[in-house]
Amino acid sequence: MLLSCENVRKTFGATVVLDDLSLAVDEHQVVALIGASGSGKSTLLRCVNLLTGIDDGTIRLDGEDITDPRVDPDRVRQRIGMVFQSYNLFPHMTVLRNITLAPERVHKRAAAEIRAQALEWLGRVGLADKADSYPDRLSGGQQQRVAIVRALVNSPRLLLLDEVTSALDPELVGEVLTMIRGLKDEGMTMVLATHEMGFARQVADRVVFLDGGRVLEEGPPEQVLGDPTQARTRQFLARIIEAGRL
Amino acid sequence: MSDQLHRPSEIQRGRIAYRRRQTIRSVLLAALSTAVVGVLLAVAVTGAPGWDRVRQSFFSPEVARRYLPDILEGLWLNVRLLVVCAVLALALGLLIATLRTLRGPVFFPVRAMATGYTYTFRGLPLIIVIYLMAFGIPGLRLQGTPGVLVLGGAALVVTYGAYLAEVFRAGIESVHPSQLAAARSLGLTYRQTMRHVVLPQAIRRVAPPLLNDTVALQKDVGLVSLAGPIDAVRAAQIGVAQDANYTPYIVAGVLFVLLALPLIGVTDWVTLRAARRQSAGA
Ligand SMILES: Nc1ncnc2c1ncn2[C@@H]1O[C@H](COP(=O)(O)OP(=O)(O)OP(=O)(O)O)[C@@H](O)[C@H]1O
Ligand SMILES: [Mg+2]
Repeated sequence: MLLSCENVRKTFGATVVLDDLSLAVDEHQVVALIGASGSGKSTLLRCVNLLTGIDDGTIRLDGEDITDPRVDPDRVRQRIGMVFQSYNLFPHMTVLRNITLAPERVHKRAAAEIRAQALEWLGRVGLADKADSYPDRLSGGQQQRVAIVRALVNSPRLLLLDEVTSALDPELVGEVLTMIRGLKDEGMTMVLATHEMGFARQVADRVVFLDGGRVLEEGPPEQVLGDPTQARTRQFLARIIEAGRL
Repeated sequence: MSDQLHRPSEIQRGRIAYRRRQTIRSVLLAALSTAVVGVLLAVAVTGAPGWDRVRQSFFSPEVARRYLPDILEGLWLNVRLLVVCAVLALALGLLIATLRTLRGPVFFPVRAMATGYTYTFRGLPLIIVIYLMAFGIPGLRLQGTPGVLVLGGAALVVTYGAYLAEVFRAGIESVHPSQLAAARSLGLTYRQTMRHVVLPQAIRRVAPPLLNDTVALQKDVGLVSLAGPIDAVRAAQIGVAQDANYTPYIVAGVLFVLLALPLIGVTDWVTLRAARRQSAGA
């Protein structure tokens, strides 16, 4: 098991966002987190990446308890990649620099080697000619692909994707999804929060429905999305269908 | 790509011609109104009953010529002092602002001292700081006390350092938390995040106000004359006392404005560029 969250609790003041949540992710597995807005999908991903602390429970990565206060969070994050809904590229750096910063400063790899790898990645996602551009000159879909490459060059054990397509126009969604499907084929372990049920169905090995701060239902996409056992899941999916997103 | 081949349509050519006529009209109007205002001002000032006396005691070419070399020599001191103090104050401000962002209990005293420093020196009038440093410190009769010039300069640096620290801090706080999250998620440490992600963006954003404070500093550099060193203001003061004529002050004032012009120009240019970049990046 690569990642396991055990009885995780997370509160913001009086709001209990995650309540006794447990979730296990095997290596090479792709897990899609679905659930209503505010159900805690982003919060869970941020907890796993130690961007925010938890109030109870344990999170293990490769068996190591990463929520132990004696663990250095920087070293944990080196093994986890994260991509955000709003890309969060560094606006004052070129695309290439955005990608090479962490390998150079964090992983202390040789500059020439990183550069070659970054350019190769950019070529693979069709952005070779954008290496020296600044992020504000790129379309949303292009920025998001750069953000994914930026996470990937650090060879993470686990990739967290937080609604990576929801800020994109429909015609740009495809290029990002294609990229993620490619990562799945290469065996990357991913946890992704998404509102795109079609996408969850295509790439996820397992779909996890969050409700009321815990995992209400989980299973293969056909089952959870096609034949949910819980009334809340059915309600949620009905609303999504109404909105035309399934 | 095909832009060179494009021939503007009838309508577009009409628009271009119209805009050109409008531009010419505005330029002519501006010139005319400037001339009218200028003439009115000149008549009002030179026609005033006391104009002759004012001209003699403030605008005497003869007195100006006599003291210009001394004032220029003093100005050279101002320039050197400005460059050194601006660089040191910027460095101090950045240091203090960075110290104030440090987290964790170990850094509590550092944070507290940095905060206390900015509070104190933003409130304390510069003149008092100069007196305290230039006259108080030598009064201690310590071995190796630097001269009044260095002490006066130090007063400028600590005072402006406090202002600039606040400007830098505003810049640091204006960087969106999502940038920090992105940097930390890549495994960058807090220090690396500050150095590579937060500070470069913060400094770019506050460059206009920083330069503006530098313009203010260039004026206040003249205040070190209170402690004794002969800068442009002091040189002018000596001239005024000797000839009982205020012209040397006017000479010094004009020189200060001339000195500030390039700096103000750079500030405006940087501000404009920043504003453009912001509207383009949105
Ligand atoms: N920093 C914070 N401070 C206070 N409350 C927060 C904070 N971050 C999140 N919350 C609250 O936690 C709850 C879960 O938020 P979260 O962003 O995890 O939801 P989500 O499932 O990702 O929703 P969405 O689908 O809209 O992205 C919300 O009620 C939100 O208001
Ligand atoms: Mg979210």
